[in-house]
Amino acid sequence: MNPYDIEKSVSDGPEPNRDDAASGLKDRLGATVATAVGWAPAVIVAGIALLVWQFVAVAFELPRALLPRPAEVWQAALENRIVLLKAFASTGIAATSGLLTAICIGSLISVAFSQSRAIRVAFFPYVIFLQTVPIVAITPLLIIWSGYQFRTVVIVTVIICLFPIVNSVTAGLITIDRQWADLFSLYGTGRVKTLLRLRIPAAIPNLVLGAKTSSGLAVIGAIVAEFFVGNGTAYEGLGSLMASWQAFLKTAALIAAVFTSTLLGLILFGLVDVVSRTLLRRWMNVSGTLPK
Amino acid sequence: MSQVSQDEFDATSIRCRDVTVAFDHQSIAVDRVNLDVRRGEIVSLIGPSGCGKTTLLRALAGLQSLASGEVRLSPPAITSEGQIGFVFQQPALLPWATTLQNVMLPLELIGHTNRDDRRLAAIESLHAVKLADAHEKRPHELSGGMQMRASIARALVTNPSILLLDEPFAALDDMLRSDLGRLLLDLWERRRFTAVMVTHNIGESILLSHRIAVMRRGVIETVVENPLAWPRSPSQMRTPEFAAFYGEMADALRGRENESSILSDGGAD
Repeated sequence: MNPYDIEKSVSDGPEPNRDDAASGLKDRLGATVATAVGWAPAVIVAGIALLVWQFVAVAFELPRALLPRPAEVWQAALENRIVLLKAFASTGIAATSGLLTAICIGSLISVAFSQSRAIRVAFFPYVIFLQTVPIVAITPLLIIWSGYQFRTVVIVTVIICLFPIVNSVTAGLITIDRQWADLFSLYGTGRVKTLLRLRIPAAIPNLVLGAKTSSGLAVIGAIVAEFFVGNGTAYEGLGSLMASWQAFLKTAALIAAVFTSTLLGLILFGLVDVVSRTLLRRWMNVSGTLPK
Repeated sequence: MSQVSQDEFDATSIRCRDVTVAFDHQSIAVDRVNLDVRRGEIVSLIGPSGCGKTTLLRALAGLQSLASGEVRLSPPAITSEGQIGFVFQQPALLPWATTLQNVMLPLELIGHTNRDDRRLAAIESLHAVKLADAHEKRPHELSGGMQMRASIARALVTNPSILLLDEPFAALDDMLRSDLGRLLLDLWERRRFTAVMVTHNIGESILLSHRIAVMRRGVIETVVENPLAWPRSPSQMRTPEFAAFYGEMADALRGRENESSILSDGGAD
């Protein structure tokens, strides 16, 4: 084969024959079965937990306002499904907007941190402050400044999501393999080109890691903010629902809302995971672990 | 230091004079090293771990700042021309780029704007290291030996007059080592670059170089002329001449190790 014939060498590879297609289907089927088997223990644990819950509620004759039966929670979820669904969407949009904004702002802050030690030393303590300040304590303050609205929920979510992203991405941008750094120095590469061609691509796995951590926090941030923001306003998320159902002692509905918010957290984490896997395919080696 | 005529320097590719590298202003890694490497010559730096071989090599490449002394290259190094190629201990390929993109990288970094030219040069370089059919593969899809070939192709893509190699075959098994040694000889026969190679392996240093510099504790203790005839091939490793010189080198290294372990004050290594 002519060594210069790249098109040929490329097209030689991925042309699948029928056997490959069949074995591919078999592999996929195998993978699905493996996934199902993998989830089985978790499902069994959930089943046992439901049985224990039912047993405790019945055996100790606990009042329904204190601990409703699983079936009653299911019933409350069905009755309130429209409200829950709307709140699920509102909180989902707020958490996602907050997470995406935190990813953008956090990445820009990290780039600034990576370019100057002075900036890093001067501002990093304030990023840590974002992590350590109790979010419940500053939300009322933010409401005074920003109002009882969706925007405030997003701001609270951004604050809670920012630290893991800045921390992780800054580390990725600064900690570069010495041989890569030497390679770029050898050819007299400038700061901007090194940032664009080396530091940023090398920090992508760190960005994904930070985003994954923050995806769980995003839902928490949004719900905490909604506790304060939602009452009696046009905006109603899962947090607002929980606050009002708690006030009216609608325990079954409250538990249904708790499960809905957990589901939202899982979905958001799952989405970030899927996006990151797709994005990271080229960063990953065969075993699926990230290269250094 | 003796005065050197211009003609003499023209025949020299790398000249180190009293090169000293110190870390943290106190721990001296390379101590007043003098070394001349002639144009088109391959010199091996051999010595125990921590003796300053890699630091000296990085100093030659301009990657290490000197506490004192100077490194002169002829022609003078202009980083933007890619006059120096460097093969690292690990292949150090960018995992997010294809093999071809990795090999094209130095040309892009030194500012070659024409993408087609870059591509053609990278393809030629991959062809030279016998990796012609791995262009679109990502580094993790290549074997260890193939990754090292790609790394050599990347170092050679700018057609450097000086090639610096830092234990390039240390992580490979004997078979691959021998293959890549042969490849390096083949590339040198065709391109006649000046090369300095750091190695732990006496056999490799004998097979691949004109002269062998023995380093210890940051100092070049001796530079030995290699009597093995050119052109070189791995089959020479079975000759009595090779065995005799191997023994001589091993004795020299061992002798010096013993000597310095007696004199040692328990320092750097």
